[in-house]
Amino acid sequence: MLYNPPHPAETKILTRRFGLPNSESLDTYLANDGYKAFLKATGMTSEQIVDEVKISNLRGRGGAGFPAGMKWSFVPRQSPKPKYIVVNADESEPGTCKDRVLMENDPHQLIEGVLIAGKVIDAHRGWIYIRGEYRYLIDIMDRAIDEAYKNGYLGRNIRGTGFDFELSTHTGAGAYECGEESALLESLEGKRGIPRIRPPFPAVSGAFQCPTILNNVETFCAVPSIILHGGQKFADVGVPKAGGTRLLCLSGHINTPGVYEIPLGFPMMRAINELGGGMLGGRKLKAVVPGGSSCPILKAEECDINMDYDSMAKAKTMLGSGGMVVLDETTDMVQFALRIMRFYQHESCGWCIPCREGTLWLRKLLTRLNQGIGTSDDISMVRELAGNMLGRTFCPLGDAAAMPTISIVEKFRDEFEARLARPASSRMPAPGDLVSIA
Amino acid sequence: MSNPVNLTINGQPVQAPPGTLVIDAAKTVGIQIPAFCYYQGLSLQAACRMCLVDVEKAPKLLAACTLLVGEGMVVNTESPAVVKARKDMLEFLLSNHPLDCPVCDKGGECELQDMVFRYGAGESRFTEVKLHVDEKQWSPVVFFDAPRCILCYRCVRICDEGLGVKALGITNRGAYSEITPNMGTHLECDECGSCIDICPVGALTSGIYRYQTRPWEMEHVGTICTHCGDGCKTTLGVRNSEIIRGNNRDRSGINGEFLCIKGRYGFDFVNHQERLQSPLVRVDGKLEEASWSSALALVAAKFSSIESAGGKIGVVGSSRTTNEENFYLQKFVRQGLHSPHIDHRRSGDVAGLLDALSGKTGALAATADLYTANSLLVIGADLAQQHPFLAFQIRANWRHHQSRTYVVASGPVREDSFATRTVQAAPGTEMDALAGLADSLRAAGNLVIVFGDAVQGDAVRRLVDFGSGLGIPVKYLCLVDYSNSRGALDMGLAPDLLPGYRPAPETGMTVAQMLADKDLAALWVVGANPLEKTALASSSAFVVVQDLFLTETAQRADVIFPAASAYEKNGTVTNTCGEVQRLQKGLGVMGAKPDLDIFALLARHMRLNLGATQPDKIFEEIRASVSGYNVAPMVLATGGAALTNPVNGRVPQSAAAAIASSRDTLFTSGTLGRYSKILGNVMEAPGGLYQR
Repeated sequence: MLYNPPHPAETKILTRRFGLPNSESLDTYLANDGYKAFLKATGMTSEQIVDEVKISNLRGRGGAGFPAGMKWSFVPRQSPKPKYIVVNADESEPGTCKDRVLMENDPHQLIEGVLIAGKVIDAHRGWIYIRGEYRYLIDIMDRAIDEAYKNGYLGRNIRGTGFDFELSTHTGAGAYECGEESALLESLEGKRGIPRIRPPFPAVSGAFQCPTILNNVETFCAVPSIILHGGQKFADVGVPKAGGTRLLCLSGHINTPGVYEIPLGFPMMRAINELGGGMLGGRKLKAVVPGGSSCPILKAEECDINMDYDSMAKAKTMLGSGGMVVLDETTDMVQFALRIMRFYQHESCGWCIPCREGTLWLRKLLTRLNQGIGTSDDISMVRELAGNMLGRTFCPLGDAAAMPTISIVEKFRDEFEARLARPASSRMPAPGDLVSIA
Repeated sequence: MSNPVNLTINGQPVQAPPGTLVIDAAKTVGIQIPAFCYYQGLSLQAACRMCLVDVEKAPKLLAACTLLVGEGMVVNTESPAVVKARKDMLEFLLSNHPLDCPVCDKGGECELQDMVFRYGAGESRFTEVKLHVDEKQWSPVVFFDAPRCILCYRCVRICDEGLGVKALGITNRGAYSEITPNMGTHLECDECGSCIDICPVGALTSGIYRYQTRPWEMEHVGTICTHCGDGCKTTLGVRNSEIIRGNNRDRSGINGEFLCIKGRYGFDFVNHQERLQSPLVRVDGKLEEASWSSALALVAAKFSSIESAGGKIGVVGSSRTTNEENFYLQKFVRQGLHSPHIDHRRSGDVAGLLDALSGKTGALAATADLYTANSLLVIGADLAQQHPFLAFQIRANWRHHQSRTYVVASGPVREDSFATRTVQAAPGTEMDALAGLADSLRAAGNLVIVFGDAVQGDAVRRLVDFGSGLGIPVKYLCLVDYSNSRGALDMGLAPDLLPGYRPAPETGMTVAQMLADKDLAALWVVGANPLEKTALASSSAFVVVQDLFLTETAQRADVIFPAASAYEKNGTVTNTCGEVQRLQKGLGVMGAKPDLDIFALLARHMRLNLGATQPDKIFEEIRASVSGYNVAPMVLATGGAALTNPVNGRVPQSAAAAIASSRDTLFTSGTLGRYSKILGNVMEAPGGLYQR
């Protein structure tokens, strides 16, 4: 199922098979270049494949944007241990829904990407870690894997190449934290989903303490095209240091929300006005969450930028995982800050002190401020507490909670002040609101 | 050895071997980096974020507990950013902490209190409602108060990694995370209480100690546990002549952070209501209270007349009395009563081992060797049950040094879970299983062989021959049951051995022979219970018993002297490895006297001059006259353990000596254990609900 019809402003590489009849089937995939990249890769050395990926400037699509080719080259290939491929399909960042459409519409593209990565490090086992909430996707993915096995694209001696690969899905159980790669591995191993101390990174010690390539669904999905058409062609689509296209998950107060494939460096305002069909009801743009809820928010006047890593960094925010949420003038920013903090508080794994205690405190504080109870000092305290979490937590979840909060308080402080200035009678909270929200 | 790494911490040059953590490297130059979750010897967590430090060129603060030293690294542990981060972290921690310090058990010895005192966050800005979870009782000895918990996971790790019990885990998520027994609502574990000791705050509290006192109201007396033969140091918290708790206060003993249920809670027999507090004399077939002087006079007169009439006086010594008492007792019996009939319950063939090792040096294993040896061979012993500290050592060696453990046992033992190889051997066939292990053992480079009573007599010699045949350095450890089982034999409580394993001029009767002798004129039992299951054959024997309780043996006595326990006296004891340590008197119990005092009083009543009667002076005699006991007094005086060098030469072997371990479990301790309510109350105890 598609969210939206294709848009002429898109550059369709990963999504080019979307909308074809039975696009999720092996037949459709094979009829449209399917598994050609893998067969081509079997004739290449590992170094050649990694070089193509490096040339393509493909950067990890999970949010951190680490160059994929470099990540792959860190795997110690001479290690006597078995090596593994793990696909991060624990897509949980609020605002993000791209892995979902990739698996739903073109599951074989993901399988092929995994096979190529397996070829690079001589891995013979892989898992697709899918978030538990994507129950129906697990069925789609399982059917595709089944089909691949039946037709010799998985299993022993794949299509006579002598390469063996076993792949299966693994479901998460509803923890945002398990989208963090090391927590995902813990969960995959059957343990509590908490992040690991790094180094060592998964490339050296990943699943079951063995060298592992772990990437996002979209990253793997980009690989077949890179191998088939050459890394340079992919790189040319994007900007220097960040090649190709990425899937933009456009939502919020716009006319045509959906998932659009755009080249890196696409202007944000074009995304809102062309892909998104402009603001809903012609209202005014207030702010944009550029790449998932953990990214610092941009005010309307800051949105005139290109969406690539460098430009976003210059605007002190991030490209993130591609979950762009457009907010119009009717948005209550205090409530928005609270909603974000409620999410992170709920998802904090509890491992380290600043995230565990900080998110809960901030949630309680923001709940109170949202009710109009508090002083100007309390607003400053939100900023300060978030700052006390930032950069001090065990994993990036604490930062993910702190960054948007800091930006909202700094950029929309007036809205917080206005909330506190409401007449006292309207501030009286319901009796239940004062009790612990635990 | 690779070159040391040079770094700078707070401007001080520091050298540390590669692979050292910055938090440990800082310690070597006296710089303390605060931490809750970091605990030496346990796995790394990096969860508490208290140890964040400034590292030059690093974009943000780094956790010193997971940061390895690097060449040229410049670390600052006191920069304004670090100081602020610590304070902020404590503010976060205190936000949901109940701050019930005025009633908290940990108040005064709490790491969180100390940390806040040193690093600030004294003012609270948290005005929201705190999370609350009701306190839970997990077992008779362990309570958990979740709101106080700071989630450092030390308890989970000590249980899982240290003990291998895995009784604790975490449920829920985020701020609602809670330490929870893996069994759900209760513990099924060793009940060792290590989780309580290691808890930096008052979240885990002891069922015995909670809400009893404030730490500063107690005197802390470091002494040696009276239960098994491992010789763990336990620190008794004593207030007004009452032991309030036992714990591992300064971790200065050979046992480090380890204590089992007996060492931590098994002191409560001291206050048992059946404790004897007055001498008892049998009058018209009934035991009646008597004064010390009349009871002593009666026994003195009786012993004197039996001795002059040539009657046989049999004496059974204890495995828990001090070396000084045992030394004095054998002197009393051999020189005062002119009787060769002295023995005690023997639980391991130490004499056989020393004889088999004749001519070898450095072949006896110390406790520390179990932690450092490349490989270990455990034969016929369930260490986790009978010698929990030795089991802990072996496990720690495997965890930290990847040592290899080989187990030969007749049933499943806890060491199986990490043993390189386990060989099941029916009782009596343990020795046959060894041949198959020879090659693997040889490859390890060095070896410690630990054996129980399954190996005795000729088998000990064969075992030593096997060890010598490996061609690698091999050390041996013969397991014995109680706190001074080893010392009792060293001090000559044996019918054929004088102190230091010298042959006795005349061989007396063993315990079994005494009990079976119809002509026995008198039986003097000091801190033992030989009549527990065996009847005394001589119906006319005059029986004198020194004990804490009216045991089966005491019930047969004509005169009973109330004795003091090991926690009520000074002296020394020798553990199963042969390490001598000092007891420190923690308290006195009204009416009871240390056995040594009873001997001395009796000697005076019999007009015997047997030399000094003060423990320190007797120890000097022991140092001078008993082979191997010439240890430096300073080591003992400062609370250390001194390994005794055993006799190096042939030791006479007695065919009559019956050697059998009492097969205690973690929750039993011979007759004494029956008088500890705690040991009986935990559900894991024999007869309890959670039998494994």
